[in-house]
Amino acid sequence: MKSMPFRITGRTLAVAAPYVWLLIFFLAPFAIVLKLSFAEPLIAQPPYSAVFEWAGGLLPNFTGSLDNYQFLLTDDLYINAYLNSIKIAMVSTILCLLIGYPMAYGIARAPGAWRNALLMLVILPFWTSFLIRVYAWIGILKNNGILNNVLLGLGIIDEPLQLLHNNFSVYIGIVYSYLPFMILPLYANLARMDDSLLESAADLGCRPWQAFTRVTLPLSIPGIIAGSMLVFIPVVGEFVIPELLGGPDTLMIGKVLWNEFFQNRDWPVASSVAIAMLVLLVIPIVIFQHFQNKDSESNP
Amino acid sequence: MNAVESVTGSSSDGSPYVRIENVTKRFGEFVAVDNVSLDIERKEFFALLGASGCGKSTLLRMLAGLEKPTEGRILIDGQDMTNVPPYERPVNMMFQSYALFPHMSVEDNIAFGLKQDRMPVAEINKRVEEMLELVQLGQFGKRKPHQLSGGQRQRVALARSLAKHPKLLLLDEPLAALDKKLREQTQFELMNIQDETGITFIVVTHDQEEAMVLSTRIAVMNQGVIQQIGSPNEVYEYPSSRYVADFLGSVNLFEGEVASINQGIEIRLPQADLHLVANNRDNVTIGQNVAVAIRPEKISVSIDKPNELTNQCQGKVDEIAYQGSLSVYQVKLADGRMVKVSSPNQVRTAKRTIDWDDSVWLSWDTDACVVLID
Ligand SMILES: Nc1ncnc2c1ncn2[C@@H]1O[C@H](COP(=O)(O)OP(=O)(O)OP(=O)(O)O)[C@@H](O)[C@H]1O
Ligand SMILES: [Mg+2]
Repeated sequence: MKSMPFRITGRTLAVAAPYVWLLIFFLAPFAIVLKLSFAEPLIAQPPYSAVFEWAGGLLPNFTGSLDNYQFLLTDDLYINAYLNSIKIAMVSTILCLLIGYPMAYGIARAPGAWRNALLMLVILPFWTSFLIRVYAWIGILKNNGILNNVLLGLGIIDEPLQLLHNNFSVYIGIVYSYLPFMILPLYANLARMDDSLLESAADLGCRPWQAFTRVTLPLSIPGIIAGSMLVFIPVVGEFVIPELLGGPDTLMIGKVLWNEFFQNRDWPVASSVAIAMLVLLVIPIVIFQHFQNKDSESNP
Repeated sequence: MNAVESVTGSSSDGSPYVRIENVTKRFGEFVAVDNVSLDIERKEFFALLGASGCGKSTLLRMLAGLEKPTEGRILIDGQDMTNVPPYERPVNMMFQSYALFPHMSVEDNIAFGLKQDRMPVAEINKRVEEMLELVQLGQFGKRKPHQLSGGQRQRVALARSLAKHPKLLLLDEPLAALDKKLREQTQFELMNIQDETGITFIVVTHDQEEAMVLSTRIAVMNQGVIQQIGSPNEVYEYPSSRYVADFLGSVNLFEGEVASINQGIEIRLPQADLHLVANNRDNVTIGQNVAVAIRPEKISVSIDKPNELTNQCQGKVDEIAYQGSLSVYQVKLADGRMVKVSSPNQVRTAKRTIDWDDSVWLSWDTDACVVLID
């Protein structure tokens, strides 16, 4: 009897499954988009030129070009959109951190019974569609919306404030939507902290706020990094919020991408925008992973 | 002579350094510390001894200000500590769980309290070095706590609590994780530090031998109550209760009834024609049920019948345990009762004068019998 050189065991399947998943749902689409980004737009079906041409040899010839990427650099619309996206993502991350840290701290320090209830409140909005929640903000912020009506009714203002369709409303929408992603990792970190560390800090002469800055804060840095990455990375590519709440001058890369695909129908340029955005996001992810590894080394 | 006196705190020079007044601590319904009153003098080395869960750590935590007494109050240096937060007390504590800061190196852990006090950097470095030297961790200063062994971590915790030279130092099982040799060295160092700095120490320990070696006084706790306070000698030689006698060292306990009181107290043991004679003490009446405690090392064992000692009985050697410097015999009396006897091994010969199943005589002085009423 011949012995099988390679046997498919349960173990190899279990190891292979995530790789197959990544291959089908991440690597393959990525390869398609990457290929598209080297093509030229055509008014045809599909709306782009071929990148590989079969010339009878062993390998096909590469006929694509880097024109699309060059184009991204020449038109400052794209650069501005990138920079603006990063700025908005950074400011939103800082806002989320400033609001989320005290909330996570409060939840982690709350008595046991309260803690779960408060966490539930943080997670509760996820049970409603994201789109509906963003729409709801239009109802609150528009000129004859709830907020303006309340302020007018109280006599604080004489005419409605322009709250919608500007950067202010975009920040409101982003901070509102992404706050839970900041709170949850911070909470997980802070809840794990050993109370006796604060006690020994107090014993060694620290007032409560000194114990916070010397012990709690440094120990929560991994949570701060995790939360910031979870907010920063998706906000850079955010499309729905600037589309619904932003104004004409709200320039974000997600919106530019959408316009290229669905209004200009220039798939190759849209693909190169997407690839550039991915590269832009890979850098923070790598930094993030670096810190994560360092953290798991120092706190086994 | 009787140790009970010092419970109420008889001090030689006026006010004690630490005064614990009727302190009770409850966690819900559970009473962890039950109406404890205790005075500790300046420069004392005070040991708290007791079984696990008897409230030792809780008492220390109240002294450090980490736990509020449910009732009663604590005074340090004459000042009521009720509303003084931990960071304003002249007290440092070494935690039973060490509570080292995981994000700081050993050096930074030790320097933590010094930096908080804004001590000049040069002085901090010097002090940290001294402390590292003291706990023999010289080459480990740059490591993080998770890179140390359990005993090394314990030494860092000890060094951190010592670094600020507080007036009162609370040590919660400071040496439990160390090997015997290192423990003895560190005990010696602790005594040196106390001589040099005059710090008042309160030390919790499970190890009665350690308590005996280190302390000027010992308090034995049981279920939140202080059973006895006294010098190591008093507590060991004159235990006030069965619990204390049994807790400190090993002891033979005989339950019996007082038969007569003449030159000494005669106690008759039921179901055995054995009479014990102890020295006279107060509060004993004829017919009362008492216990007699006799330390194993106070009993002598011999093949021939001894003639001078009052208390003697006969038995058969059931077991011999060789423990290096001494041998411990389990002797079975006629009524089946086991008596533990220990005697020093004076000659280094393999040949034993007393062997298994030998019939032997046990004898002891009236002075060796401690009559216990509780
Ligand atoms: N925060 C708390 N809540 C409820 N019960 C507590 C609390 N802290 C301590 N206890 C209880 O109080 C009792 C005394 O605890 P403590 O820590 O003082 O014991 P201990 O004498 O130090 O014991 P060990 O020698 O094991 O350290 C224990 O039964 C413990 O379960
Ligand atoms: Mg304890």
